[in-house]
Amino acid sequence: MELKNSNIKIKSKNLNVYYGNKQALHNINLEINNKEVTALIGPSGCGKSTFIRCINRMNDTIDICRVDGSIEIDGKEVNDKNVDVVTLREKIGMVFQKPNPFPKSIYDNIAYGPTIHGIGEKKDEMDKIVETSLKKAALWDEVKDRLNEPGTGLSGGQQQRLCIARALSVNPEVILMDEPCSALDPIATAKIEELIDDLKKSYTIVIVTHSMAQAVRVSQKTGFFHLGKIIEVDTTEKIFKNPANKMTQDYITGRFG
Amino acid sequence: MNKEERLKKRHNSEKRFKFYGLLSVSLALIFVLILIQNIVSKGSSAFSRTTISVDISFDSKLLEIDGPITKKSIENAEFYDLSVESLLKIYPSKDSKEERQVLRLFSPDYEYEIKRYLIKNPDKINQIASVELTSSDDVDQLNKGNFPRDLPEDRRRVSNFQLNIYDNLVEEGKIGKKFNDYFFSKGDSRDPELAGIGGSLMGSFFTIVICLLLSFPIAIMASIYLEEFAPKNKITDFIEININNLAAVPSIVYGLLGLGILLSVMDFPRSTPLVAGITLSLMTLPRIIIPCRASLKAVPPSIREAALSVGASKFQTVFHHVVPLAMPGTLSGTIIGLAQALGETAPLILIGMVAFVVDIPGTPVDPSASLPVQVYLWSEQAERGFVEKTSATIMMLLGFLIVMNFIAVYLRQKFEKKWN
Amino acid sequence: MNILILTIIVLFSLSSYYFGRSEARKLITTNKIRLNALPSYYGYYLAVWCGLPALIILSLWSLFEPTIIKILILNNFSYVESKDLFYEQTLSFFNGNFTGEITNDIKIAAERYTSLNNIAYNSKIALLASVLVFSTSYAFKKVKSNNKARDDVELILKGLLFVSSLMAILTTLGIILSLLFESLKFFSTINLFDFIFGTSWSPQRAFVRDASTITPEEYLELKDAFGSVPLFAGTAFIAFIAMCVAVPIGLFSGIYLAEYASTKVRKYSKPIIEILAGIPTVVYGFFAALTVGPFFRSIGESLGLTVSSESALAAGLIMGIMIIPYISSLSDDVINSVPQSLRDGSYAVGATKSETIKKVIIPAALPGIIGSILLAVSRAIGETMIVVMAAGLAANLTINPLESTTTITTQIVMILVGDQEFDSPKTQAAFALGLTLFVATLFLNYIALRVVKKYREKYE
Repeated sequence: MELKNSNIKIKSKNLNVYYGNKQALHNINLEINNKEVTALIGPSGCGKSTFIRCINRMNDTIDICRVDGSIEIDGKEVNDKNVDVVTLREKIGMVFQKPNPFPKSIYDNIAYGPTIHGIGEKKDEMDKIVETSLKKAALWDEVKDRLNEPGTGLSGGQQQRLCIARALSVNPEVILMDEPCSALDPIATAKIEELIDDLKKSYTIVIVTHSMAQAVRVSQKTGFFHLGKIIEVDTTEKIFKNPANKMTQDYITGRFG
Repeated sequence: MNKEERLKKRHNSEKRFKFYGLLSVSLALIFVLILIQNIVSKGSSAFSRTTISVDISFDSKLLEIDGPITKKSIENAEFYDLSVESLLKIYPSKDSKEERQVLRLFSPDYEYEIKRYLIKNPDKINQIASVELTSSDDVDQLNKGNFPRDLPEDRRRVSNFQLNIYDNLVEEGKIGKKFNDYFFSKGDSRDPELAGIGGSLMGSFFTIVICLLLSFPIAIMASIYLEEFAPKNKITDFIEININNLAAVPSIVYGLLGLGILLSVMDFPRSTPLVAGITLSLMTLPRIIIPCRASLKAVPPSIREAALSVGASKFQTVFHHVVPLAMPGTLSGTIIGLAQALGETAPLILIGMVAFVVDIPGTPVDPSASLPVQVYLWSEQAERGFVEKTSATIMMLLGFLIVMNFIAVYLRQKFEKKWN
Repeated sequence: MNILILTIIVLFSLSSYYFGRSEARKLITTNKIRLNALPSYYGYYLAVWCGLPALIILSLWSLFEPTIIKILILNNFSYVESKDLFYEQTLSFFNGNFTGEITNDIKIAAERYTSLNNIAYNSKIALLASVLVFSTSYAFKKVKSNNKARDDVELILKGLLFVSSLMAILTTLGIILSLLFESLKFFSTINLFDFIFGTSWSPQRAFVRDASTITPEEYLELKDAFGSVPLFAGTAFIAFIAMCVAVPIGLFSGIYLAEYASTKVRKYSKPIIEILAGIPTVVYGFFAALTVGPFFRSIGESLGLTVSSESALAAGLIMGIMIIPYISSLSDDVINSVPQSLRDGSYAVGATKSETIKKVIIPAALPGIIGSILLAVSRAIGETMIVVMAAGLAANLTINPLESTTTITTQIVMILVGDQEFDSPKTQAAFALGLTLFVATLFLNYIALRVVKKYREKYE
């Protein structure tokens, strides 16, 4: 199967990341395609989360983290001094491992992003944004009658969908997901995977996952990380049916990790 | 507002916010600096006292010493006439008003200073010796530059006449500055140049010792009980609520307690470090219990289990194993609690520790003042000289507090084990 | 005398320790019994039973004997005007250094004192001796019968520990009783309503010495002397000014140190700011009275305003500076304990740091911050030395910070400093004020603790 070369959304070139003296990522060269789901797999602690955090420069919040190399989105360098990180993060949404809704109402959780970016200043505009985001996250029907209740009162799976809706509220182009289902039960997981399938029509999605089955289910392209290096990147089918690298083969057959 | 304008506004808001934060921290730090600088600049001059060198003729006839000149006979002699005669030689005058002014250049203690000199140097009898006498408070302040000289005479404390003599003495090199040992050795006095913290130092010392002796054992025993032995029932809860409340009660209420019960009902002697110590120990009790309990709580259960498993009783486990491990945190908290007690003023004022005590107290049942109360008392005095004494007392007080806090932090850092 | 008795008891206990221990050892060697505890525990057991009851009785006796004797003597002299003075005279007459006029009453009282003193002394010795003998023999019997000495000793020790922890309750009880007792005496003279709602405060007017002899005319005058509204207002006003200084600076400092400052800056700044909390308040008072008050006054003069040298502004400002570390430290801790995941969620959506702090972190930490502010307010209204030295002494109902007003704590000190008759409404008023203060700070602390507790539950 051919890789869609001309449709590259995110591209990393010789990316090296250091935490103090420890090097977490070694020379990462990876291309993420537009409107596709790319899965990053590999054993714990091998840099997958670090990588996606570089994309939306969340690593800036960690003092001892140093980023070397380039990441481009739509051809534009992300780490450039002229890039406003606030605008960057408007274009890139992130969903975390443990659902982290704000201790505010469901409505306010969604309205937070648009408010600070100045979108939806009038009430009915904002109502519309909230409704759209919740619908896209497949949560609207469950919460439409209790928008003023605290977001922390929802179940785990609902909270995670709330976080997805929150990410969607500012109209991003990319959604980064860091093991979004690892704290959820199988039913909630299934709902979210269904959602991801739907969302890929409009958004570029990068998902870090521990579950190889999940990678197979949701992604079109997969990258295998090990000890901070990319071992193999290819279509999901190829990686899991016929990997070129022996280490990849060992990992997916459960020899380690 | 378009996207760009809005973005700029947000970033400006961010910069402003960060600036306010930095400004606040800087303000707080500056306040500390201003306070310390102010106190030190006012107080450092108190550590020296101005002296005037005068040639004293130790005429044994004037001393009315007949017979052999022994230490005893010197001690029994009257030095007033000799002193006045020698002092007046600085500016011989027939005017009694002028004579008074000359004498007022010196601190009223000159008689005793001259006597002490002769006792120390008995060989100077019947000779002329140059003795450094303490100057009066006004001359002292003048010499230290605290009096503006250009005020009209009636608004000044030093008359033109005295100013003249002073300038002459300066030219003759007879004005000097000595280390002010009086500040440490003497008790309170109406004359600022003779006032010292000797009395209040002892008062504070006795108070803190009594406070420590009373509060430390009781606090430790209470903490051990509450942490290790107390059953989880209403009484225990009630005790804990009480302790937390007491830690936050204003200190003046403890003064009222001391006044109402110790002084009125139990008739303890007023103004003594004994009563002050008891009152402050009640106040310090919860302030030791709280860190002590935290230290006991921090000792991991595995230590207790290990001791019990070799057959130690609960008591032996607690006293031989748990308590020693909780000691650094407890001692640290105790020292901090004592430091707070050292600085307390209001409760001590209420129980009457405002005595004007000239003699240094020898026991905890002698009336005395304490260092912070001394600061309060002296700050109410009008003489300029007391300003520097008060500031210097504050410097001593702060010095003690800094040392105590240092020791507390050092103890905690060096000896406390991190149970991670 | 008591020292001698104390020494005897201590020596006795010490020797009974050795005695008990050797008896226990004898049980092993001669009777070949297996002891239930180490020999030393038998020693401790005997020593404790020997010394402790005697010590307790000695302490209680010494504590209450003077008061009881005083009550017994004064009972016969209920017609005497100033009882305390009379008793003092009697005592000094007894001690042989009375220099005043010796009345018949004093002679009789002194004789009675002599006899009571002797009776007390003899009964004390008798009681102590018998207690000593009984308790020691009881304990000795137990030792001989091989009691579980260690358990018994530990039980006694546990009792000691429990009693120590009761000290906290005793102290609270002491505070409440001493405050209530005098306050009730006060409120039997001055109406509670007049006290709480009256608007003029000038206790110097209260010349009355004995509360029971106030005529209705005198009472009308007195009524207007103890209105504490200006005190409440002054306290609240100065505390308000203090909070206006402390809250913004403290809160922003806490935020900056928690969120923006590098570890090095934080490591050095935090302790230095906390120095502000460790400086004794008398130092602040001195600084305020000597430097700040006059400084404001001269600035005011150059601006054409009349500023008192004891302005509420000066006192409030200095008090605020003292309170800064209370708010900044607590806020710092509270903000730090907000989980990082909330910050991540906000940054990921494109918020700036200040937006995250203002809209996510502060709202999340709000209960903790409010709790710290309440505790700071409680500290402010209970503060004494700064206001005694820098604020005024005249009760003044005003909202002008350039004037001087007085506070509850200042008045308590002013009333009680100097000679006072203990039974006058003036002195009792101080206790009534103290009671008000105690209740107010208790209330504030209670709310603050509840608020902080609610916050902790959310995150733990």
